[in-house]
Amino acid sequence: MNVDESWYVALSAVLFTLGVVGVILRRNPLVIFMSVELMLNASNLALVAFGHRFGNAEGQTLVFFVMAVAAAEVAVGLAIIVTIFRLRRRLSVDDLSLMRW
Amino acid sequence: MAQVTFVIVAALAVASAVGLVVKRNPIHGALFLVVNLGCVAVLYLTLGAEFLAAAQVIVYAGAIMVLFVFAIMVLIPGKEETGPDPRRRWRLIALPAGAVLFLQLIVIVSVVRNSAAPAAGARPAGSVEAIGRLLFTDYLFPFELTSVLLLAAMVGVMLLSRRGA
Repeated sequence: MNVDESWYVALSAVLFTLGVVGVILRRNPLVIFMSVELMLNASNLALVAFGHRFGNAEGQTLVFFVMAVAAAEVAVGLAIIVTIFRLRRRLSVDDLSLMRW
Repeated sequence: MAQVTFVIVAALAVASAVGLVVKRNPIHGALFLVVNLGCVAVLYLTLGAEFLAAAQVIVYAGAIMVLFVFAIMVLIPGKEETGPDPRRRWRLIALPAGAVLFLQLIVIVSVVRNSAAPAAGARPAGSVEAIGRLLFTDYLFPFELTSVLLLAAMVGVMLLSRRGA
């Protein structure tokens, strides 16, 4: 009666792809950041599904670490975005080509 | 029953993800992302990961999304993507690239699905007890490193958002 785990992994593939599309398609760095969160979530879902399939808790432990890293990443990233906005009064990734090769 | 739940929640998750990517207003995007995170929390519940479902709601839907909404409010939303996109042709590469990536992922998933069936003896140990035991034995060092990481992030954010930095 249970849903097979591969469906969860397929759903996580869909969500991950949507995250990638969002990162490439959008111009607002905040939306890009949210798409990155979407990708992290998709990978978390895949990890939990695999952990469920193989019957151990290590996948969930890994998800715990991913959550902690995501929290740190969001805090630092948003601080950087706010600082850039303060310096330039504009917010578009096209303006941020300072470090581009 | 389980299938029906999965289909409904998965459809909601995909729809909200599409909304996040498509909507122009970042506030709408943030609200769509909250819906998506809630759907993923429900999926965690159906996978027997109660602790992670709670952590997902608290950490993601609570803390991280509040931070996002706060930043959007600070940065005056909606002004950035109003004009025509000067690099539209390049941005539209996202669609074929996403399609290729998606096909690759689906091929991998189907290969995994058709190959090794796992040993169906041990059923999930998703309880808080199992996770806590792992965190404080096998993963003790990464766990401590996580606290250092969060401390470093906190100090870095304070340094970055200082006036006149």
